[in-house]
Amino acid sequence: MAVLEIKDLKKSFDNTEVLKGISFTVEKGEAVAIIGSSGSGKSTLLRCATDLEKADSGSISYNGKYLVRDKVYAEKEEKSEICSCFGLVFQNFNLFPHLSVMQNIIEAPMLVKKVSREDAEKKARDLLSQMGLSGRENAYPCELSGGQQQRVAIARALALDPDVLFFDEPTSALDPELTGEVLAVIKKLADSDMTMVIVTHEMAFAKDVANKVIFMDEGVIAEEGKPEDLFYNPKTERLKAFLHNASY
Amino acid sequence: MFETVLQALFEGFSKSLEIFVLTLLGALPLGLIISFGSMSRFVPLKIFTRGLVWVVRGTPLMLQLIIFFYGPGLLLGTNIWGIGSQGRFVAVIVAFILNYACYFSEIYRGGIEGIPRGQYEAGQVLGMNKGQIFFRIVLPQVIKRIVPPMSNEIITLVKDTSLARIIGVYEIIYFGEKFIKSNGIIWPLFFTGIFYLLFSGVLTLLFGYIEKKLSYYKV
Repeated sequence: MAVLEIKDLKKSFDNTEVLKGISFTVEKGEAVAIIGSSGSGKSTLLRCATDLEKADSGSISYNGKYLVRDKVYAEKEEKSEICSCFGLVFQNFNLFPHLSVMQNIIEAPMLVKKVSREDAEKKARDLLSQMGLSGRENAYPCELSGGQQQRVAIARALALDPDVLFFDEPTSALDPELTGEVLAVIKKLADSDMTMVIVTHEMAFAKDVANKVIFMDEGVIAEEGKPEDLFYNPKTERLKAFLHNASY
Repeated sequence: MFETVLQALFEGFSKSLEIFVLTLLGALPLGLIISFGSMSRFVPLKIFTRGLVWVVRGTPLMLQLIIFFYGPGLLLGTNIWGIGSQGRFVAVIVAFILNYACYFSEIYRGGIEGIPRGQYEAGQVLGMNKGQIFFRIVLPQVIKRIVPPMSNEIITLVKDTSLARIIGVYEIIYFGEKFIKSNGIIWPLFFTGIFYLLFSGVLTLLFGYIEKKLSYYKV
Protein backbone atom coordinates (compact mmCIF):
# COMPACT_ATOMS: atom_id res chain seq x y z
CA MET A 1 0.00 0.00 0.00
CA ALA A 2 1.26 3.45 -0.91
CA VAL A 3 2.18 5.75 1.98
CA LEU A 4 0.66 8.65 0.09
CA GLU A 5 -1.80 8.58 -2.75
CA ILE A 6 -3.13 11.71 -4.39
CA LYS A 7 -5.81 11.50 -7.06
CA ASP A 8 -7.02 14.25 -9.37
CA LEU A 9 -6.32 17.00 -6.83
CA LYS A 10 -7.62 20.42 -7.80
CA LYS A 11 -7.20 23.75 -6.07
CA SER A 12 -8.03 27.31 -7.09
CA PHE A 13 -7.41 30.67 -5.50
CA ASP A 14 -9.81 33.42 -6.59
CA ASN A 15 -10.65 31.85 -9.97
CA THR A 16 -7.02 31.04 -10.69
CA GLU A 17 -6.66 27.30 -10.97
CA VAL A 18 -3.34 26.47 -9.36
CA LEU A 19 -3.66 22.69 -9.33
CA LYS A 20 -5.48 21.25 -12.31
CA GLY A 21 -5.79 17.59 -11.42
CA ILE A 22 -2.67 16.14 -9.80
CA SER A 23 -2.28 12.39 -9.29
CA PHE A 24 0.72 10.51 -7.96
CA THR A 25 1.71 8.00 -5.32
CA VAL A 26 4.60 7.74 -2.94
CA GLU A 27 5.70 4.27 -1.86
CA LYS A 28 7.36 3.43 1.41
CA GLY A 29 11.06 4.29 1.40
CA GLU A 30 10.80 6.42 -1.72
CA ALA A 31 12.34 9.87 -2.06
CA VAL A 32 10.31 11.93 -4.50
CA ALA A 33 11.60 15.25 -5.79
CA ILE A 34 9.15 17.77 -7.19
CA ILE A 35 10.70 20.29 -9.56
CA GLY A 36 9.27 23.04 -11.71
CA SER A 37 9.39 26.79 -12.11
CA SER A 38 7.91 29.20 -9.57
CA GLY A 39 4.13 29.37 -9.79
CA SER A 40 3.79 25.87 -11.18
CA GLY A 41 1.87 24.78 -8.07
CA LYS A 42 4.55 22.81 -6.21
CA SER A 43 4.13 24.55 -2.88
CA THR A 44 0.33 24.54 -3.11
CA LEU A 45 0.47 20.81 -3.74
CA LEU A 46 2.52 20.34 -0.59
CA ARG A 47 0.24 22.62 1.40
CA CYS A 48 -2.82 20.65 0.31
CA ALA A 49 -1.12 17.35 1.15
CA THR A 50 -0.27 18.65 4.64
CA ASP A 51 -3.76 20.06 5.25
CA LEU A 52 -2.59 23.68 5.34
CA GLU A 53 -4.86 24.35 2.34
CA LYS A 54 -8.20 22.71 1.62
CA ALA A 55 -8.47 20.77 -1.62
CA ASP A 56 -11.31 21.79 -3.96
CA SER A 57 -11.72 18.28 -5.32
CA GLY A 58 -9.92 14.98 -5.64
CA SER A 59 -8.57 12.78 -2.89
CA ILE A 60 -5.57 12.52 -0.61
CA SER A 61 -4.93 9.37 1.39
CA TYR A 62 -2.21 8.21 3.75
CA ASN A 63 -1.70 4.47 4.25
CA GLY A 64 -5.08 3.89 2.66
CA LYS A 65 -6.94 6.28 4.94
CA TYR A 66 -8.53 9.27 3.30
CA LEU A 67 -7.67 12.73 4.55
CA VAL A 68 -10.10 14.04 1.95
CA ARG A 69 -12.25 12.43 -0.68
CA ASP A 70 -14.60 14.43 -2.92
CA LYS A 71 -14.46 17.52 -0.71
CA VAL A 72 -15.28 15.52 2.42
CA TYR A 73 -12.57 15.71 5.05
CA ALA A 74 -12.04 13.04 7.69
CA GLU A 75 -13.70 13.55 11.07
CA LYS A 76 -11.68 15.29 13.74
CA GLU A 77 -10.20 12.30 15.50
CA GLU A 78 -9.50 10.30 12.37
CA LYS A 79 -8.05 13.39 10.78
CA SER A 80 -5.55 13.97 13.54
CA GLU A 81 -4.51 10.34 13.28
CA ILE A 82 -4.03 10.71 9.53
CA CYS A 83 -2.16 13.98 9.98
CA SER A 84 0.25 12.30 12.37
CA CYS A 85 1.44 10.29 9.34
CA PHE A 86 3.31 13.23 7.87
CA GLY A 87 5.73 15.95 8.85
CA LEU A 88 6.62 19.16 7.07
CA VAL A 89 9.83 21.15 6.89
CA PHE A 90 9.18 24.74 5.88
CA GLN A 91 11.19 26.97 3.60
CA ASN A 92 11.76 29.50 6.38
CA PHE A 93 12.06 26.95 9.20
CA ASN A 94 9.27 28.35 11.42
CA LEU A 95 11.02 27.34 14.61
CA PHE A 96 9.42 28.68 17.78
CA PRO A 97 11.70 31.61 18.68
CA HIS A 98 10.81 31.67 22.39
CA LEU A 99 11.73 28.02 22.90
CA SER A 100 15.20 26.49 23.07
CA VAL A 101 16.30 23.90 20.53
CA MET A 102 15.41 21.12 22.96
CA GLN A 103 11.99 22.61 23.78
CA ASN A 104 11.25 23.11 20.08
CA ILE A 105 11.76 19.40 19.50
CA ILE A 106 10.04 17.93 22.57
CA GLU A 107 7.05 20.29 22.68
CA ALA A 108 4.86 18.37 20.22
CA PRO A 109 5.77 14.82 21.32
CA MET A 110 4.94 15.75 24.91
CA LEU A 111 1.78 17.74 24.16
CA VAL A 112 0.38 15.70 21.31
CA LYS A 113 1.71 12.19 21.79
CA LYS A 114 1.92 12.39 25.59
CA VAL A 115 5.49 11.10 25.57
CA SER A 116 7.27 11.53 28.91
CA ARG A 117 9.78 14.36 29.13
CA GLU A 118 12.58 11.88 29.73
CA ASP A 119 11.82 9.82 26.61
CA ALA A 120 11.21 12.91 24.49
CA GLU A 121 14.54 14.43 25.52
CA LYS A 122 16.40 11.21 24.88
CA LYS A 123 14.96 10.98 21.40
CA ALA A 124 15.67 14.67 20.77
CA ARG A 125 19.33 14.17 21.70
CA ASP A 126 19.60 11.24 19.29
CA LEU A 127 18.05 13.29 16.51
CA LEU A 128 20.27 16.28 17.22
CA SER A 129 23.35 14.14 17.01
CA GLN A 130 22.11 12.76 13.68
CA MET A 131 21.73 16.35 12.55
CA GLY A 132 25.25 17.19 13.72
CA LEU A 133 23.93 19.51 16.41
CA SER A 134 24.95 17.77 19.63
CA GLY A 135 25.54 20.23 22.41
CA ARG A 136 23.21 22.89 21.01
CA GLU A 137 20.19 21.74 23.04
CA ASN A 138 19.98 24.92 25.08
CA ALA A 139 20.57 27.39 22.27
CA TYR A 140 17.73 29.58 21.02
CA PRO A 141 16.87 29.75 17.32
CA CYS A 142 18.16 33.33 17.02
CA GLU A 143 21.59 32.11 18.09
CA LEU A 144 21.81 29.58 15.25
CA SER A 145 22.71 29.96 11.58
CA GLY A 146 19.99 29.37 9.02
CA GLY A 147 21.41 25.96 8.21
CA GLN A 148 21.43 24.97 11.87
CA GLN A 149 17.88 26.24 12.29
CA GLN A 150 16.71 24.17 9.36
CA ARG A 151 18.39 21.07 10.79
CA VAL A 152 16.61 21.67 14.10
CA ALA A 153 13.36 21.98 12.15
CA ILE A 154 14.08 18.61 10.52
CA ALA A 155 14.76 17.06 13.93
CA ARG A 156 11.53 18.59 15.24
CA ALA A 157 9.55 17.00 12.40
CA LEU A 158 11.28 13.62 12.85
CA ALA A 159 10.58 13.58 16.58
CA LEU A 160 6.98 12.66 15.80
CA ASP A 161 7.99 9.61 13.72
CA PRO A 162 6.19 10.58 10.52
CA ASP A 163 5.67 7.97 7.81
CA VAL A 164 6.44 10.57 5.20
CA LEU A 165 8.33 13.84 5.51
CA PHE A 166 7.63 16.79 3.21
CA PHE A 167 10.21 19.45 2.47
CA ASP A 168 9.03 22.76 0.99
CA GLU A 169 12.12 24.23 -0.68
CA PRO A 170 14.19 23.52 2.43
CA THR A 171 17.27 25.40 1.23
CA SER A 172 15.76 28.35 -0.62
CA ALA A 173 16.24 30.68 2.34
CA LEU A 174 19.86 29.66 2.82
CA ASP A 175 23.08 30.88 1.25
CA PRO A 176 25.05 28.30 -0.79
CA GLU A 177 27.44 27.48 2.02
CA LEU A 178 24.64 26.54 4.42
CA THR A 179 22.63 24.81 1.70
CA GLY A 180 25.22 22.03 1.57
CA GLU A 181 24.94 21.07 5.23
CA VAL A 182 21.14 20.83 5.06
CA LEU A 183 21.20 18.83 1.82
CA ALA A 184 23.73 16.46 3.36
CA VAL A 185 21.36 15.77 6.24
CA ILE A 186 18.44 15.16 3.88
CA LYS A 187 20.61 12.85 1.78
CA LYS A 188 21.48 10.87 4.90
CA LEU A 189 17.77 10.50 5.65
CA ALA A 190 17.13 9.30 2.11
CA ASP A 191 19.91 6.74 2.49
CA SER A 192 18.20 5.44 5.63
CA ASP A 193 15.05 4.88 3.52
CA MET A 194 13.02 7.67 5.04
CA THR A 195 9.98 8.30 2.85
CA MET A 196 10.22 11.86 1.60
CA VAL A 197 8.68 14.35 -0.80
CA ILE A 198 10.99 17.25 -1.55
CA VAL A 199 10.07 20.38 -3.44
CA THR A 200 13.39 21.77 -4.57
CA HIS A 201 15.21 24.01 -6.99
CA GLU A 202 18.46 22.11 -6.40
CA MET A 203 18.58 20.03 -9.57
CA ALA A 204 21.84 18.26 -8.81
CA PHE A 205 20.48 17.29 -5.43
CA ALA A 206 17.20 16.04 -6.89
CA LYS A 207 19.10 13.91 -9.38
CA ASP A 208 21.34 12.52 -6.68
CA VAL A 209 18.81 11.77 -3.95
CA ALA A 210 15.44 11.12 -5.56
CA ASN A 211 14.11 7.74 -6.67
CA LYS A 212 11.43 9.54 -8.58
CA VAL A 213 11.20 13.04 -10.00
CA ILE A 214 8.00 14.90 -10.75
CA PHE A 215 8.12 17.89 -13.05
CA MET A 216 5.23 20.28 -12.56
CA ASP A 217 4.19 22.90 -15.03
CA GLU A 218 1.20 25.23 -14.81
CA GLY A 219 -0.70 23.12 -12.33
CA VAL A 220 -0.23 19.72 -13.92
CA ILE A 221 2.39 16.99 -13.74
CA ALA A 222 4.05 17.43 -17.11
CA GLU A 223 6.47 14.57 -16.70
CA GLU A 224 7.46 12.07 -14.04
CA GLY A 225 9.85 9.17 -13.78
CA LYS A 226 13.31 8.07 -12.74
CA PRO A 227 15.77 10.93 -12.33
CA GLU A 228 18.11 9.66 -15.03
CA ASP A 229 15.24 9.55 -17.55
CA LEU A 230 13.95 13.00 -16.72
CA PHE A 231 17.28 14.73 -16.54
CA TYR A 232 19.00 13.04 -19.49
CA ASN A 233 16.01 12.16 -21.63
CA PRO A 234 13.32 14.77 -21.14
CA LYS A 235 10.35 14.02 -23.38
CA THR A 236 8.41 17.26 -23.20
CA GLU A 237 9.58 20.53 -24.68
CA ARG A 238 8.62 22.24 -21.44
CA LEU A 239 10.99 20.12 -19.35
CA LYS A 240 13.77 20.50 -21.92
CA ALA A 241 13.43 24.26 -21.70
CA PHE A 242 13.25 24.16 -17.90
CA LEU A 243 16.37 22.03 -17.57
CA HIS A 244 18.17 24.17 -20.11
CA ASN A 245 17.49 27.26 -18.03
CA ALA A 246 18.11 25.66 -14.65
CA SER A 247 21.62 26.39 -13.54
CA TYR A 248 23.12 23.15 -12.44
CA MET B 1 1.34 68.97 60.77
CA PHE B 2 3.71 67.02 58.57
CA GLU B 3 2.61 63.74 60.08
CA THR B 4 -1.06 64.60 59.68
CA VAL B 5 -0.51 65.41 56.03
CA LEU B 6 1.52 62.29 55.41
CA GLN B 7 -1.09 60.12 57.06
CA ALA B 8 -3.86 61.63 54.96
CA LEU B 9 -1.84 61.25 51.79
CA PHE B 10 -1.10 57.63 52.57
CA GLU B 11 -4.78 56.99 53.06
CA GLY B 12 -5.52 58.55 49.69
CA PHE B 13 -2.65 56.72 48.06
CA SER B 14 -3.85 53.35 49.29
CA LYS B 15 -7.19 54.06 47.58
CA SER B 16 -5.37 54.97 44.36
CA LEU B 17 -3.34 51.80 44.65
CA GLU B 18 -6.47 49.70 45.15
CA ILE B 19 -8.04 51.15 42.01
CA PHE B 20 -4.81 50.53 40.12
CA VAL B 21 -4.43 46.89 41.17
CA LEU B 22 -8.09 45.92 40.78
CA THR B 23 -8.27 47.57 37.37
CA LEU B 24 -5.26 45.61 36.15
CA LEU B 25 -6.58 42.34 37.55
CA GLY B 26 -9.85 42.83 35.69
CA ALA B 27 -8.71 44.59 32.53
CA LEU B 28 -5.75 42.39 31.58
CA PRO B 29 -7.86 39.21 31.07
CA LEU B 30 -10.95 41.09 29.87
CA GLY B 31 -8.85 42.91 27.28
CA LEU B 32 -7.72 39.58 25.85
CA ILE B 33 -11.33 38.41 25.56
CA ILE B 34 -12.33 41.69 23.87
CA SER B 35 -9.42 41.34 21.43
CA PHE B 36 -10.76 37.90 20.44
CA GLY B 37 -14.12 39.54 19.80
CA SER B 38 -12.62 42.22 17.60
CA MET B 39 -10.72 39.57 15.58
CA SER B 40 -13.70 37.21 15.37
CA ARG B 41 -14.74 35.81 12.00
CA PHE B 42 -18.35 36.04 13.23
CA VAL B 43 -19.09 39.46 11.76
CA PRO B 44 -21.85 40.69 14.13
CA LEU B 45 -19.61 40.00 17.14
CA LYS B 46 -16.71 41.73 15.46
CA ILE B 47 -18.78 44.80 14.64
CA PHE B 48 -20.25 44.93 18.14
CA THR B 49 -16.84 44.63 19.78
CA ARG B 50 -15.16 47.18 17.56
CA GLY B 51 -18.09 49.54 18.18
CA LEU B 52 -17.69 49.11 21.92
CA VAL B 53 -13.97 49.80 21.71
CA TRP B 54 -14.66 52.89 19.60
CA VAL B 55 -17.16 54.29 22.12
CA VAL B 56 -15.00 53.55 25.14
CA ARG B 57 -11.79 54.88 23.63
CA GLY B 58 -13.58 57.77 21.98
CA THR B 59 -15.11 59.30 25.12
CA PRO B 60 -13.43 60.63 28.27
CA LEU B 61 -13.03 58.23 31.16
CA MET B 62 -14.42 60.98 33.37
CA LEU B 63 -17.67 60.97 31.41
CA GLN B 64 -17.84 57.19 31.61
CA LEU B 65 -17.37 57.29 35.36
CA ILE B 66 -20.26 59.71 35.80
CA ILE B 67 -22.56 57.78 33.48
CA PHE B 68 -21.66 54.46 35.07
CA PHE B 69 -22.37 55.73 38.53
CA TYR B 70 -25.51 57.77 37.98
CA GLY B 71 -26.86 56.08 34.84
CA PRO B 72 -28.39 52.94 36.36
CA GLY B 73 -30.17 54.84 39.13
CA LEU B 74 -31.57 57.54 36.86
CA LEU B 75 -32.39 55.41 33.84
CA LEU B 76 -33.41 52.10 35.40
CA GLY B 77 -34.59 53.40 38.71
CA THR B 78 -32.36 51.06 40.69
CA ASN B 79 -29.02 51.74 42.24
CA ILE B 80 -27.09 48.68 41.20
CA TRP B 81 -23.88 49.76 42.91
CA GLY B 82 -25.01 49.53 46.53
CA ILE B 83 -25.00 52.41 48.96
CA GLY B 84 -22.31 54.62 50.38
CA SER B 85 -18.62 54.77 49.57
CA GLN B 86 -18.55 51.04 48.89
CA GLY B 87 -21.04 51.49 46.05
CA ARG B 88 -19.08 54.40 44.58
CA PHE B 89 -15.92 52.36 44.68
CA VAL B 90 -17.52 49.42 42.86
CA ALA B 91 -18.75 51.75 40.12
CA VAL B 92 -15.26 53.20 39.74
CA ILE B 93 -13.69 49.76 39.42
CA VAL B 94 -16.22 48.57 36.84
CA ALA B 95 -15.79 51.70 34.72
CA PHE B 96 -12.00 51.57 34.95
CA ILE B 97 -11.85 47.88 34.05
CA LEU B 98 -14.05 48.33 30.98
CA ASN B 99 -12.13 51.42 29.86
CA TYR B 100 -8.70 49.89 30.25
CA ALA B 101 -9.76 46.51 28.84
CA CYS B 102 -10.67 48.27 25.59
CA TYR B 103 -7.26 49.93 25.34
CA PHE B 104 -5.51 46.69 26.25
CA SER B 105 -7.58 44.78 23.69
CA GLU B 106 -6.12 46.85 20.88
CA ILE B 107 -2.61 46.22 22.15
CA TYR B 108 -3.30 42.49 22.35
CA ARG B 109 -4.80 42.54 18.87
CA GLY B 110 -1.72 44.23 17.45
CA GLY B 111 0.49 41.68 19.18
CA ILE B 112 -1.53 38.67 18.06
CA GLU B 113 -1.89 39.83 14.46
CA GLY B 114 1.85 40.43 14.33
CA ILE B 115 2.70 36.76 14.91
CA PRO B 116 3.67 35.26 11.55
CA ARG B 117 1.30 32.77 9.96
CA GLY B 118 4.12 30.23 9.85
CA GLN B 119 4.06 29.88 13.64
CA TYR B 120 0.45 28.68 13.54
CA GLU B 121 1.20 26.41 10.58
CA ALA B 122 4.22 24.90 12.30
CA GLY B 123 2.08 24.14 15.34
CA GLN B 124 -0.65 22.69 13.16
CA VAL B 125 1.58 20.29 11.21
CA LEU B 126 3.05 19.16 14.53
CA GLY B 127 -0.47 18.09 15.52
CA MET B 128 -1.15 20.73 18.16
CA ASN B 129 -4.73 21.86 18.63
CA LYS B 130 -5.83 25.50 18.53
CA GLY B 131 -5.61 25.98 22.29
CA GLN B 132 -2.12 24.51 22.47
CA ILE B 133 -0.97 26.66 19.58
CA PHE B 134 -2.37 29.81 21.17
CA PHE B 135 -1.18 29.30 24.72
CA ARG B 136 2.15 27.56 24.09
CA ILE B 137 3.30 29.20 20.87
CA VAL B 138 1.49 32.47 20.20
CA LEU B 139 0.79 34.03 23.60
CA PRO B 140 4.36 33.90 24.94
CA GLN B 141 5.55 35.73 21.84
CA VAL B 142 2.67 38.21 22.08
CA ILE B 143 3.65 39.05 25.65
CA LYS B 144 7.16 39.94 24.60
CA ARG B 145 5.86 42.19 21.83
CA ILE B 146 3.35 44.05 23.95
CA VAL B 147 5.45 44.88 27.00
CA PRO B 148 6.48 48.35 25.73
CA PRO B 149 2.98 49.57 24.74
CA MET B 150 1.47 47.95 27.83
CA SER B 151 3.91 49.71 30.14
CA ASN B 152 2.87 52.99 28.54
CA GLU B 153 -0.80 52.29 29.17
CA ILE B 154 -0.24 51.06 32.71
CA ILE B 155 1.70 54.17 33.67
CA THR B 156 -1.19 56.22 32.31
CA LEU B 157 -3.48 54.20 34.57
CA VAL B 158 -1.46 55.27 37.62
CA LYS B 159 -2.37 58.89 36.88
CA ASP B 160 -5.92 58.17 35.72
CA THR B 161 -6.80 56.80 39.15
CA SER B 162 -7.13 60.47 40.18
CA LEU B 163 -10.33 60.67 38.11
CA ALA B 164 -12.15 58.53 40.69
CA ARG B 165 -12.84 61.57 42.84
CA ILE B 166 -15.35 62.82 40.27
CA ILE B 167 -17.89 60.42 41.79
CA GLY B 168 -16.62 60.82 45.30
CA VAL B 169 -14.04 58.10 45.69
CA TYR B 170 -11.35 59.85 47.67
CA GLU B 171 -7.91 59.21 46.28
CA ILE B 172 -4.64 60.96 46.97
CA ILE B 173 -5.17 64.27 45.16
CA TYR B 174 -8.45 64.78 46.98
CA PHE B 175 -6.63 64.54 50.28
CA GLY B 176 -3.82 66.80 49.12
CA GLU B 177 -6.22 69.44 47.88
CA LYS B 178 -8.17 69.33 51.13
CA PHE B 179 -5.29 71.03 52.90
CA ILE B 180 -5.53 74.03 50.58
CA LYS B 181 -9.06 74.61 51.69
CA SER B 182 -8.65 73.75 55.38
CA ASN B 183 -5.15 75.04 56.15
CA GLY B 184 -4.23 77.24 53.20
CA ILE B 185 -1.09 75.25 52.41
CA ILE B 186 -0.11 73.90 49.01
CA TRP B 187 2.91 71.72 49.77
CA PRO B 188 0.79 68.63 50.48
CA LEU B 189 -0.34 68.81 46.86
CA PHE B 190 3.27 68.84 45.69
CA PHE B 191 3.77 65.78 47.84
CA THR B 192 1.06 63.93 45.96
CA GLY B 193 3.15 64.51 42.83
CA ILE B 194 6.07 62.79 44.53
CA PHE B 195 3.88 59.77 45.28
CA TYR B 196 2.98 59.53 41.59
CA LEU B 197 6.58 59.95 40.50
CA LEU B 198 7.82 57.27 42.86
CA PHE B 199 5.09 54.87 41.83
CA SER B 200 5.61 55.33 38.12
CA GLY B 201 9.36 55.15 38.70
CA VAL B 202 8.99 51.73 40.32
CA LEU B 203 6.82 50.59 37.41
CA THR B 204 9.33 51.86 34.86
CA LEU B 205 12.05 49.83 36.54
CA LEU B 206 9.78 46.80 36.71
CA PHE B 207 8.93 46.94 33.00
CA GLY B 208 12.57 47.47 32.13
CA TYR B 209 13.35 44.32 34.10
CA ILE B 210 10.62 42.34 32.33
CA GLU B 211 11.83 43.52 28.91
CA LYS B 212 15.33 42.45 29.79
CA LYS B 213 14.10 39.08 31.05
CA LEU B 214 12.39 38.50 27.70
CA SER B 215 15.33 39.64 25.58
CA TYR B 216 16.81 36.13 25.43
CA TYR B 217 15.09 35.62 22.09
CA LYS B 218 14.09 37.67 19.08
CA VAL B 219 10.73 37.53 17.37
